[in-house]
Amino acid sequence: MIELRDISRTFTVGGQEVRAMDHVSLAIGAGEYLSIMGPSGSGKSTLLNIIGLLDTPNSGTYMLEGRDVTSLDDKQLAATRSKKIGFIFQFFHLIARLTAEENIELPLMLAGVAARERHERSAPLIDSFGLSNRQHHKPDELSGGQRQRVAIARAVINRPAVLLADEPTGNLDRSSGAEIIDLLERLNAEGQTLVVVTHDPEIGNRARRRIRVVDGRLAADSGG
Amino acid sequence: MRPLDILRFGLMSLGSNRVRTLLMLLAMSIGVAAVVLLTGIGNGARLYIVDQFASLGTNLVIIIPGRAETASNTPATLVGETPRDLTLEDAQALSRSELVARVAPLNIGELHAVRQGRERQVPVLGSTTSFLDIHHLEIALGTFLPEEDWDIARPVCVIGPKVHQELFGRESALGELIRLGGYRCRVIGILGSEGRSLGFDTQELVIVPVAFAQMLYNTSGLFRILVEGKDPETLPRLKKHITETIAKRHHGEEDVTIITQDSVLATFDKIFKTLTLTVAGIAAISLVVAGILIMNVMLMSVAQRTAEIGLCKALGATQGKIMTMLVSEALLLSAIGGVMGLMLGFAGAFGIAQVYPELKTMPPVWAVAAAMTTALGTGFIFSLLPARRAARLDPIRALAGH
Repeated sequence: MIELRDISRTFTVGGQEVRAMDHVSLAIGAGEYLSIMGPSGSGKSTLLNIIGLLDTPNSGTYMLEGRDVTSLDDKQLAATRSKKIGFIFQFFHLIARLTAEENIELPLMLAGVAARERHERSAPLIDSFGLSNRQHHKPDELSGGQRQRVAIARAVINRPAVLLADEPTGNLDRSSGAEIIDLLERLNAEGQTLVVVTHDPEIGNRARRRIRVVDGRLAADSGG
Repeated sequence: MRPLDILRFGLMSLGSNRVRTLLMLLAMSIGVAAVVLLTGIGNGARLYIVDQFASLGTNLVIIIPGRAETASNTPATLVGETPRDLTLEDAQALSRSELVARVAPLNIGELHAVRQGRERQVPVLGSTTSFLDIHHLEIALGTFLPEEDWDIARPVCVIGPKVHQELFGRESALGELIRLGGYRCRVIGILGSEGRSLGFDTQELVIVPVAFAQMLYNTSGLFRILVEGKDPETLPRLKKHITETIAKRHHGEEDVTIITQDSVLATFDKIFKTLTLTVAGIAAISLVVAGILIMNVMLMSVAQRTAEIGLCKALGATQGKIMTMLVSEALLLSAIGGVMGLMLGFAGAFGIAQVYPELKTMPPVWAVAAAMTTALGTGFIFSLLPARRAARLDPIRALAGH
């Protein structure tokens, strides 16, 4: 479903070229549960950003569901991100002045979906994510775990092809972190393709397929 | 994104920083209020002047001796002749037309008015009975000039209230004699203090029969002839009639200048419109300043909301959408500020109208429209730069900046 071929990405930092991705090729099938691990600065975030279409490689091709998405314009990129990609961030990135429900519905609102349909689609998620009694609260009234659950609901409301989680438990205590991982794995069990970036081996090792990135290269791939 | 959602999103974002939003609204509303109020005052002043002229009757024609526009081209100037005086006979000839309602010949000068050692320099105006009606003057005591042949130099006078007070104090003046430039004349009437007449202060005026004034000034000419037409519709015909009549009497020369109230009115109207526009323009500068403030605030807001903007991009918002969101927010700010300003401006105009009832300080519709357009326009233009900056944010960096 996701196919990266010979992807390279270089940054220029202080006049020096830094190679964050060095000829990486990777294929991810539908429904896979994949973790990307590696030391900080290894390029694992760059890889995630490229898969999430937030970053464009300097060379190589990226096929998403059989379609070449390497060089799309702003509109096509936005549309693809909206429909195919779900993001989960370490710092949740909820909008403070919106309620939990509104945060969940934000991608639909941005896509121009009517309020009634937005509500119809968010209601079952709020329910199954255990947020029923918190849906009208603002993010600062929610616990860390609840915030991340809101963020996950927001990421999956458009039924994306792939769910990308960048250190999803990095800002949570142990038990909330475990809850979040459970939730993500539950989604994966329902067929959701899941990619988790983490430096925590305990979390990374739970994935069926584990990838190690070092210096912009794939150092290890447990299979696939 | 749906328009309603954009609106709601913008309102929420404005509501999340109340102090800043309120200050912005204040700046915007003061700008709009200034435009509305100043144009209102300018327009009120214009209407006041127009009204003053209209009260004189718009079918008034003023004849002045000498040809203003073509003076240097007439044969008279070539042979070194001065323009002919207007005479009482000219005025009488004009009054015989069916287009004319009233004619008042006019002579004016300054003389010493003396009474029992009290002396004062006063403007003395020579005219006839019809002057009272043409200039809408009022008589407080006694009578106005008697209705009789214009060439009778009867030594009587009508004096203004201020002249009365200065020459007679609290004593009655009716029937008393005063000296005007060496001639004695009897006071037969006192002007009311409310009489309005542009160009003269009726309070300190002395009016005498026109023939008497000619004697006082030792002239056979007239300063002016006032002609009131019967109907404003026939004014052009009246003008033609006057030109022809005078030319016939002056050996074929058109040596007078004819001014209608209309043309004077039009000039004043134009002057006041220009003044109003100028003041409005100055006030509009404050709107531009408010626009720059908006830009400032939006730039700050974009800097503060970097993560949010990055998030929206990651969730599938195009650059265009981000721009729309931020520009709408600025437009919302301008619109609310503008409406507040309109209310403020109209309240101010109402307040002024209470204090000066004669000044109709109603802001004209065009000023209201212009103020709102400028407010929205500046809001739009000055939010483009911050919005573009936001739209071009790199989402990775925007999201990482925590």
